[in-house]
Amino acid sequence: MKGIYKSFPGVRALQNVDFTLCEGEIHALMGENGAGKSTLIKVLTGVYTKDAGEIRIKEINKPVQIKSPQDAQKFGISTVYQEITLCPNLTVAENLFIGRTNDLFVDWKKNNSRAESILGGLGITAKPTQQLSNCSIAVQQMVAIARAIDMDCKVLILDEPTSSLDEQEVTKLFTLMRELKGRGVGIVFVTHFLDQVYALCDKITVLRNGELVGEYQIKDLPRVELVAKMMGKELGDLAEIHNEGQSSADDPKEVIIETEELSSTSGIKPFNFTVHKGEVTGFAGLLGSGRSECVRAIFGADKVTKGKLRIKGEDVSITSPIKAMKKGIGYLPEDRKRDGIIGDLSVRENIILALQVMRGFFRPFTKAEAQAFADEYISLLGIKTASADSPINTLSGGNQQKVILARWLLTHPDYLILDEPTRGIDIGTKVEIQKLVLKLASEGMSITFISSEIEEMMRTCSRLIVMRDLHVVGELKGDDMTQDKIMYTIAGGSNSK
Amino acid sequence: MKIIRNKLFIPIAFLAFLLLINMFINPAFLRISLGRDSMGNRVLIGNLINILSNATELVILAIGMTFVTASSKGQDISVGATMAIVGGVIMRVLCGSQTQPAELQAPIIVALLLGCLAGMACGAFNGILVSKFNIQPMVATLILFTAGRSIGSMAMGGLKPKAVASFGYSGNFIPGFPIPTPILITIAVVAVTFLALKKTNLGLYTQAVGINDKSSSLNGLNPELIKFLTFVILGLCVGIAGFVQSSRVQTVNPYTIVPGIEMDVILAVALGGNSLGGGKFNMTGSIIGAYTIQTLTSMLTTLNVNTNAVPVFKAVIIIVLVAIQAPIVKSIFSKKVTVSKLTTGDGKECT
Repeated sequence: MKGIYKSFPGVRALQNVDFTLCEGEIHALMGENGAGKSTLIKVLTGVYTKDAGEIRIKEINKPVQIKSPQDAQKFGISTVYQEITLCPNLTVAENLFIGRTNDLFVDWKKNNSRAESILGGLGITAKPTQQLSNCSIAVQQMVAIARAIDMDCKVLILDEPTSSLDEQEVTKLFTLMRELKGRGVGIVFVTHFLDQVYALCDKITVLRNGELVGEYQIKDLPRVELVAKMMGKELGDLAEIHNEGQSSADDPKEVIIETEELSSTSGIKPFNFTVHKGEVTGFAGLLGSGRSECVRAIFGADKVTKGKLRIKGEDVSITSPIKAMKKGIGYLPEDRKRDGIIGDLSVRENIILALQVMRGFFRPFTKAEAQAFADEYISLLGIKTASADSPINTLSGGNQQKVILARWLLTHPDYLILDEPTRGIDIGTKVEIQKLVLKLASEGMSITFISSEIEEMMRTCSRLIVMRDLHVVGELKGDDMTQDKIMYTIAGGSNSK
Repeated sequence: MKIIRNKLFIPIAFLAFLLLINMFINPAFLRISLGRDSMGNRVLIGNLINILSNATELVILAIGMTFVTASSKGQDISVGATMAIVGGVIMRVLCGSQTQPAELQAPIIVALLLGCLAGMACGAFNGILVSKFNIQPMVATLILFTAGRSIGSMAMGGLKPKAVASFGYSGNFIPGFPIPTPILITIAVVAVTFLALKKTNLGLYTQAVGINDKSSSLNGLNPELIKFLTFVILGLCVGIAGFVQSSRVQTVNPYTIVPGIEMDVILAVALGGNSLGGGKFNMTGSIIGAYTIQTLTSMLTTLNVNTNAVPVFKAVIIIVLVAIQAPIVKSIFSKKVTVSKLTTGDGKECT
């Protein structure tokens, strides 16, 4: 397959972008939010129709028209999205074969054994008769890939496949991707994780603001240059943040939050945790280790079953988020789509929501007041939106996250919990958010910062709580906070508990 | 272009279209004149007045249904049956256990309050099933839909009482005042609704809960409570509508009162451009939708369409109306808009 070319004169979404994918290569598509990655993919898969340009596929002499996802599938182009698009209440085998035959009668016995051989061939550990929703997200994703492969796809597009997987699962996925590469499948890999790009890909295409920056062989493009190309500027920011982060590791000041043997219905084991004024703390651990569950218990999002919570030395019982909010706690949840945004509501309504709820049912803000708040934070955080009236789900991921951040900053909390605030957003916004965290902390706000990227935590946090299997297994600060040490603690090498 | 893209464009255009047809059939359609009612009082009469007056129940119910739809992503199909209960309670309060009492057994205001209370109790019942027990609204309200009319009959002690004429003021005219009372009640309810939308966060909360209840609860809202409240609000609307309805003829037959009104109400909400899947709503749209349906009904009556055939005509017209609002038709339409936008040069990403 060679020579996909399309251009979009007049529209900012994609302007004159070329993209070439060869047989048996893994090609990273990189760019910040709003750079046009998703649009490009959606054009390729027929979700959007292109305005101009042409798409060519190997062995077809004239440009092809891809008008719908079904068309794309016919040409052998399959997509696996970040969100699983299979049917969770059907079995693995049913998901593999559903919708691919018009036969009224299906021999499931035969299909199940066929499914088993497909899964086995790709090294996927799932039983064909297992219900899909019982499989882990990683396996679900692999089933989606297996389905695509079995439909004889030559081009596989993976849109942020790794953002909800933990490291082990990522490794498995990569093994699968390499296997497919060996079979001659061309893979387009969209991700924000630089490590993964360099571990896996052969080529990189970089987009910025809907325009093509360039196509590079992986060996010709060092990391720093890639980041610079994506952002369109040189990058000295990261090192700078690191230094600031160290300086805030001071001696304990006023205690804001203190938990004593706190546990909740989510199953976390009782934990002790203290937050000081102006301190940035972090919870480190693998996905599912209980990082989010700890902070959810503090915020009242999960029902507390045992233990005590003290805010500024005062015993409090927080049974619902509104109580936590009134005590000056804010919580930016891990899953932006599911728990964060209110999709169809405007940016303005999304920004004021938390403060409005705290203010009460009978005291709505006037439209002018709400607009003033929205304008203030749109410019403060640099949120890119057509207007405060645009529905939030028309914004790119990073900008949605900024809106949610604005929502909590507007409530002026004493203690702000940021659960994976940088997941799935571009490097530029990541850096902005990290800087903002440190700035807020220096102004006296206490912050808990949770991230799957250890480097990011090391840069921003002055103290790390390490979790494994719903237990707090260690606490690291100062010079102890090295990548090796953290890994070692997470993996359970240290006997701190 | 901006007018056409407005969400209210299609509902208003359709209502205007219906009115135009009516004027074509009957040039005097819009005429309002002073006449005398059966009691000999001077009152306003005319087709338009009739539509405005007869739409009262539909408008009030559509308001409540809009809130329920927004927050619970489903509809209450028990409103007609609940109106039978409300009617039954009101008649029992006014007539006691007599069939044709010479005077009212209780003040009308007491009957109204108890009627509203009965409606709200039914709403609360539905609300608990939906919010606490997480039952789909249509299934939850199927219970009262099935049982409501019998309960209404039981409330009246199996009698068919008729109250004295003074109870009829609310459903017809107050002596000496020319505007039908139901129109005044509609205005009052609509005014209170818009005041509530402006002065409270009812709109924001119901929409937020309907769009994303997980996120809403992390923002300090209580989705269960809000869903419950919208059902109680609808119950209150049913109470008022039931009061107006039973006042029109001062008697109630629980088995035949407002047949099939639940579907008209749901249609009104849909005609107003609201998604029956919940979330964002447009109250003005629902109200216009209610008047549209009433206009359609009375148009078919004046055309002497056989009563049994009315539903068929309604259905045909509604299919057309729903079809032109369908996404597939809209996308053809918006494509034209997109192209023209591009040529004017202010085109942004259009999806």
